[in-house]
Amino acid sequence: MSRSRTDIVLVWSLRGCAALAGAIVLLIVVFLVLESLPALQHVGLARFFTDASWQPSEGLYNLTPMLWGTLFAMAGAVLVATPLGVLSAMFCHYYAAPVVARFYRRLIELLAGIPSVVYGLWGLVVLVPLIGSLHPPGPSLLAGIAILTIMILPTIALMADAALANVPAHYLRGASALGLSRWATIRGVVFPAAKSGLFTGVILETGRAIGETMAVLMVCGNVVQTPANVFEPIRTLTANIALEMAYALGDHRAALFVSGLVLMAVIVVLVAGAERISKGRVYG
Amino acid sequence: MKRLWIRLAFTLFLLAGCSEDSAQDKLVLTGSSTIAPLVSEIGKRFEALHPDVRVDVQTGGSSRGIADARQGLADIGMASRALKESEGDLLAFTIARDGVGLIVHKDNPVIELSDAQVVAIYTGKIVNWKDMGGNDAPITVVNKAEGRSTLELFLDYFKLKNTVVKAQVIIGDNEQGIKTVAGNPNTIGYVSIGTAEYDASHGVAVKLLPVDGVAASTENVRNGSFPLSRPLNLVTKTEPQGLAKDFIAFARSTAAEAIVKKQYFVPITH
Amino acid sequence: MAEVLSRPAKSDWVPTLLVWMAVILVTTVFVWLISDIVRHGLTQLSWEFLTTAPQDAGRAGGIAPILVSTLLILGVCMAVSIPLGIGTALLLAEFTSVESIFGRLVRRSLDVLAGTPSIVFGLFGLAFFSKTLGLGFSILSGGLTLACMVLPILIRATEEGFRAVPPDYRLSAAALGLSRTTTILHLLLPAAAPGLIVGLVLGIGRALAETAALIFTSGYVDRMPESLLDSGRALSIHIFDLSMNVAGGDANAYGSALVLLVLLIVINGTAVWLSEHWLHRKIIPL
Repeated sequence: MSRSRTDIVLVWSLRGCAALAGAIVLLIVVFLVLESLPALQHVGLARFFTDASWQPSEGLYNLTPMLWGTLFAMAGAVLVATPLGVLSAMFCHYYAAPVVARFYRRLIELLAGIPSVVYGLWGLVVLVPLIGSLHPPGPSLLAGIAILTIMILPTIALMADAALANVPAHYLRGASALGLSRWATIRGVVFPAAKSGLFTGVILETGRAIGETMAVLMVCGNVVQTPANVFEPIRTLTANIALEMAYALGDHRAALFVSGLVLMAVIVVLVAGAERISKGRVYG
Repeated sequence: MKRLWIRLAFTLFLLAGCSEDSAQDKLVLTGSSTIAPLVSEIGKRFEALHPDVRVDVQTGGSSRGIADARQGLADIGMASRALKESEGDLLAFTIARDGVGLIVHKDNPVIELSDAQVVAIYTGKIVNWKDMGGNDAPITVVNKAEGRSTLELFLDYFKLKNTVVKAQVIIGDNEQGIKTVAGNPNTIGYVSIGTAEYDASHGVAVKLLPVDGVAASTENVRNGSFPLSRPLNLVTKTEPQGLAKDFIAFARSTAAEAIVKKQYFVPITH
Repeated sequence: MAEVLSRPAKSDWVPTLLVWMAVILVTTVFVWLISDIVRHGLTQLSWEFLTTAPQDAGRAGGIAPILVSTLLILGVCMAVSIPLGIGTALLLAEFTSVESIFGRLVRRSLDVLAGTPSIVFGLFGLAFFSKTLGLGFSILSGGLTLACMVLPILIRATEEGFRAVPPDYRLSAAALGLSRTTTILHLLLPAAAPGLIVGLVLGIGRALAETAALIFTSGYVDRMPESLLDSGRALSIHIFDLSMNVAGGDANAYGSALVLLVLLIVINGTAVWLSEHWLHRKIIPL
């Protein structure tokens, strides 16, 4: 490939873009660390996991129940949304007439843009009383998982849809020529070919699930406890920051930033784990 | 130096989107989201009376309002509570009062609870409505998030500490509380009286309970007979001057009373 | 695509059933949600609603200044994130090998960014854009914060789009002696358009849906903004305030939500139309 002047300029400006994009996360982490310093100094990191409970007015800062809340809600939502999303994408490509597929795709694109407040409001007014009539109180982990699933579904569905669209047509023709059935083609040819797109979709949806604030604030009950079953209320770390940041001063405020750092740590662990699992095999 | 370059770059970027800045006076208020709609409306009326003045209202919570007033980041802070002792270096000007009342679902047969019963419910000693003559159903207790002045008022009056309160649902804003109680027939919670009065009269399925025999209504908050009420304050660091002084005076004047009433708060007595 | 695959085998009824069940479930929930919004919000829609300012704390009047603020914030967000996003995606897809450390670092940091909570973005935006860079409560500050949020989605989706372009395109271009720049601008970008559009749609969706990040940066003021440095209330914040903070604001909250839906349909429709009729037409698929 030729290396003209424009090419060199291009490569360096692209490197600049990427460096800028990558630097944002660094800035955010630095910001979080700076704001958490008072709490880390006065309270110490260990107490964030060993104190009796989360009662900042009494000087107690245990984050663990809320961490469980976040993880359960996220895991539940991803476990439900991923199959639904992938199945939806399969529907659009291999099971539906093009007109139907188009309408369905537009529907999902629409849902990607509905504000979290609207989801939360709908959850509060429709879903929570429904769950409450099954098993009080209503605001619960289940409500959180349900709302989060609906919210992250468009991400995985649209990314999976794009991934499936990128499978080269001659793969499908080859499979058809070999006499493979529809499901066998999807399972054996399409999924392996689309795996990088599917993987990206899962990462993006997990990120959205962990980071969601407003909707879970409205439907999860916000009680600081480790849930024993899905009908119990929980408080996620994000909802905690949103609830208390407006009224927190001093160490309490810094403690909320520590919880932000913990969230980032969780994401870093998940991302590193995903990288380990894929071992670069994804981007072959 | 670097900051200067960054600012220059952004200014260039902005020139595309900027119009000429006319000589305008700006007043910035930050703080409680409870008061924000009220102050926003007062601000609009003030702007109509004083052209070339802009009143910008931002939210962020009572603590933010107080911190910003102290640090000079805002001209006036908004706080939905009285100032604490540690905030003695600031000045507070009350522009309205807000009562806090207990709400239950409209269809709940219970129409009154004694103070002792409320304490028992909130500490988890009574867990079923039938113990008070209601239906045989578990009580869902709704409490407010820590730091909110409504919570502090509630705990203060019933002499409770937040650590002993056993709640099934914790809410942030008033409307969240109303919607939670309206959605579950066995819930009990507490919210701003004005909000509850409005919603109840517009068909939302909640009703207010009297406290200590006194009916929960904005009228009773106004005449002082209702025990649970909080002041809504505008906070400044120093004696207000100029625009801030005019604005605060306007907000406390009878001209603003109609606006206060329209937002379902209780006007201050003159 | 459906016509390419051969008829299903006997055991294929299980996946087929699952697919249809999933679609029916998803469609039911979404139609339920959207019909709720339409039902409650339709009565509020009118020309006055779209062109007048809010009155009585938003209970009456319209949402004109809020619509303008929202579009401005979206504009700033897209103006910053699209070039940055496409540039980064290009670099990751075309100019770095899979094992390159720089590429891996950038990709991982973007994944972490994708998982950062919206409220952390809000607080960061407040500290960095509003305080450190001195922008204060402003549309610019809000737009830049949103750009940070939207960037990972945009980049990853666009990168997937580039990866999907067959290597033949690049090899043919090299054989013809085209420079990398020309190859990218005239061949790869149009070919990768579908991935780009997905990223754009997801990104715009996320930007319009965001509440927590904007409360602290572009603010609460519901006046018609006169410059990018003015504070402006976004549609999502207006909906939040009306439904959670203002008694009796529900009706207009639903009305605003409905307007947001319509806005989304228009924007998404435009993006897809652009992709199909403009970018993609430049390339005839093999």
